[in-house]
Amino acid sequence: MYKYFPHTEADLQAMLQKVGVAQIAGLYAQIPEAIRFRGDYDLPLAQSELEVRQLFERLGAQNRQLTCFAGMGVYDHYAPAAVASLLQRSEFLTSYTPYQAEISQGTLHYIFEYQSMMAELTGMDISNASMYDGTTAAAEAMMMAVAAGKKAGRVLVSGALNPKTLEVLRTYALHRGIDIETLPVRDGATSLADVRERLAEGGVAGVMVQQPNVYGIVEDFTGFAEACHAQKALLIIDSVAADLAVLKTPGEWGADIAVGDGQSLGIPMQFGGPYVGYMCCTEKLIRKMPGRIVGLTHDSRGQRAFVLTLQAREQHIRRQKATSNICSNQSLMALYVTIYLSLMGKQGLREAAELSYAGAHYLCDQLLATGRFALMYDKPFFNEFCVRYDGDTAALSRRFVDAGFLGGVPFGEGLLLAVTEKRTKEEIDNLVKTAAL
Amino acid sequence: MNNKLYGNLIFELSKEGRKGYSLPRNNYGDYTVPQAMRRAEDAALPECDELTVVRHYTNLSNNNFGVDTGFYPLGSCTMKYNPKINEEVAALPAFQNLHPLQPQPTTAGAQAVVALLEKALCALTGLAHFTFKPYAGAHGELTGLMTIDNYHRSRGDLQRKKVIVPDSAHGTNPASAAVCGLEIIEVKSTAEGLVDTADLRRIVDSEGSSIAAMMMTNPNTLGLFEVHIPEIARLIHDCGALMYYDGANLNPMLGVCRPGDMGFDVMHINLHKTFSTPHGGGGPGAGPVGVREGLQDFFPVVSPYHGNFAVLLRAYAYILSLGREHIREVGPLATLNANYIKESLKDVYQLPIEGLCCHEFVFDGLKDKLTGVTTMDVAKRLLDYGYHAPTIYFPLLFHESLMIEPTENESKETLDGFIAVMRKIAEEAQTDPDLVKSAPHTTPIGRVDDVEAAKHPVTTYRKAGGYEHV
Repeated sequence: MYKYFPHTEADLQAMLQKVGVAQIAGLYAQIPEAIRFRGDYDLPLAQSELEVRQLFERLGAQNRQLTCFAGMGVYDHYAPAAVASLLQRSEFLTSYTPYQAEISQGTLHYIFEYQSMMAELTGMDISNASMYDGTTAAAEAMMMAVAAGKKAGRVLVSGALNPKTLEVLRTYALHRGIDIETLPVRDGATSLADVRERLAEGGVAGVMVQQPNVYGIVEDFTGFAEACHAQKALLIIDSVAADLAVLKTPGEWGADIAVGDGQSLGIPMQFGGPYVGYMCCTEKLIRKMPGRIVGLTHDSRGQRAFVLTLQAREQHIRRQKATSNICSNQSLMALYVTIYLSLMGKQGLREAAELSYAGAHYLCDQLLATGRFALMYDKPFFNEFCVRYDGDTAALSRRFVDAGFLGGVPFGEGLLLAVTEKRTKEEIDNLVKTAAL
Repeated sequence: MNNKLYGNLIFELSKEGRKGYSLPRNNYGDYTVPQAMRRAEDAALPECDELTVVRHYTNLSNNNFGVDTGFYPLGSCTMKYNPKINEEVAALPAFQNLHPLQPQPTTAGAQAVVALLEKALCALTGLAHFTFKPYAGAHGELTGLMTIDNYHRSRGDLQRKKVIVPDSAHGTNPASAAVCGLEIIEVKSTAEGLVDTADLRRIVDSEGSSIAAMMMTNPNTLGLFEVHIPEIARLIHDCGALMYYDGANLNPMLGVCRPGDMGFDVMHINLHKTFSTPHGGGGPGAGPVGVREGLQDFFPVVSPYHGNFAVLLRAYAYILSLGREHIREVGPLATLNANYIKESLKDVYQLPIEGLCCHEFVFDGLKDKLTGVTTMDVAKRLLDYGYHAPTIYFPLLFHESLMIEPTENESKETLDGFIAVMRKIAEEAQTDPDLVKSAPHTTPIGRVDDVEAAKHPVTTYRKAGGYEHV
């Protein structure tokens, strides 16, 4: 007997008898002997629950938890305790995709709330039920633009896009036969003149820019949407979700598709995932959108109800003609974001963003004051910025680690540093002291 | 549930000025976000106190049905028990607080988990290497197909752009192929529900040099083991193509058969199925892709880091808990449970293909076709009795497909209870068909109007006119 298997010897006998097989092995009689696995798996013997816990604690002790000043797409924000607590409600945790609407209103209801909140945050008309992460959401947006653009196969991407995103875009583009072209970075930002020039060459389905960009710089996208639309291209803006509490929204910039990672909405960094990608777009593009979408309807008793809708776009109906191959979304992480946003609310989200902004600018000023750092580009930034150090950056990073800091991410010839509301003034002062040594 | 707040949207519980958060004081001095950067108005997010939020989502959870709630025989989804220890492991701060771009020496423990899980999956599948970048099963399929495409490209075999899939395949297979820029050729199934090897031979003979891969599950979506798999693999390899194993149905193979030994070159595993990580209402899952020696150089970059890392922690905890001696019992017990249900119900439900199944099987609706009661009705009536419905109307080979997968974790008592209810519904279909056709009756809501939702899509609170009332 084993704790996850309830079958007693008597149960087994009764069941085998019903099936008409003498022994368990007989259940697989049809399988050719040549391909049967008769050996022992090269695995450890079963571990007790205590031993499993101890093993992971031992492995965990081999990691170093550092005071985080790193970003580059992944930010150390704080989430109220209620978020993680509610996420463990096993009715949410252990359910599957809400195909049976009558017993899945919990999931469907929160996805509707999630869609509503993401649409408000991005200033767009609609949102899907979530994507895997920011990079794959960007890839889906690229493919969506190409599908919407009929014959156009070129996609222009800002050179100030996170290289992690660009790498994933290139992977999808290679197999899909999409031609990605990178726009030059001029003084830390994408230039409208470059966008116009490339668009004029024709065949462009979409233009993708990032806000704040990889250098942390808040770009000015005035005129981008008009330039794109004049050439029938879609404007895609990839934004850090939390910053949209304060920053001008993709909707205000006139974007057709807004994508990005929702990790900054309090999701733990957990070594890269799970996070949640978001994708929002204009009403006009709803039938081109990949992924699950939840819609409002009514039930047979006249009550308001929620249901998966527009499924004719999806793989289980359309097979190879589907808008995407995505099945599951990142539902539980969408719930995470929904509860986080419910607690933070209109005001809290803005205050957390403003606190991050203030901390980052304080850190930047203190670093510049040491006389050993200079901003890579003197442009407005939000809670992340890129500096040049007059010494050995690699040695500096090691010194930070020795002092218990994850002191940013080395990027090109610079160092990207990010601050969230989780960092204290004292921690910043100590980081600066370490930097000035 | 009669509470009048129940059923509200969180926006409807909002009141201006309420707070559900607390933040440290801003003691940085005068740093304010310049007006030019700012959005015109704050995002219209709800304003609620903490208790209101906690009650709201607790109430919503009561409207859901999970594996912890009751029997969940959803075919092809492998809704097995998700052990609690795995959640505690995934929540350890030593893993949760790791930034993915930390210097390598500071993440040795996390990297060790990835390496240990890779070794375990290799042992269980007979393949040589895994990439953990894919976030889900469908993402794994795409990654596997990209790997295959990269392999053919590297050999200058640029014309290999076709993927053979059985007509019983899940819809993601063709959709993934399309995203990868590949075309589909469907191979027929025989009356016994297996790949028609004569049809396959015909395809290979006429299309051989343009075939990139054959993509299949084994057992297939009918729960039947493809006994001709050695011959299929030979045909495919002989024409220069690769064999792709869709790991959706790997569970019954634990302790029985390894995809590598069956002749597969590339596969993905749905960790949320076979290795018991929670489905989370539709993600996050994980879809690591394994390959034979030599193919690992062709893995594409489909995500920045190690995919859904916290899911990997849970899967490895599960493998360690079962260990060498118990993991081999998984397949046989899941298979026994499925066959037991099948044999106990086949006198009242239509079993299109006789014989032993693996972890799941498919009925083609009720045996008595004269009642007018459909598979949809049976599924909805099951909800009244406190069971999750099986997968319905898939696979597409039958009109009234009802696909049942019990998993190894369910006891004989649970199965007997389910069997009794299924028999009761079959009886109701004859004595009171309207009762079944109008089900469910006891759920929080009745059947929903899909047409209304799709015809005039309302997918946000704003579109629903919500803010006009605030």
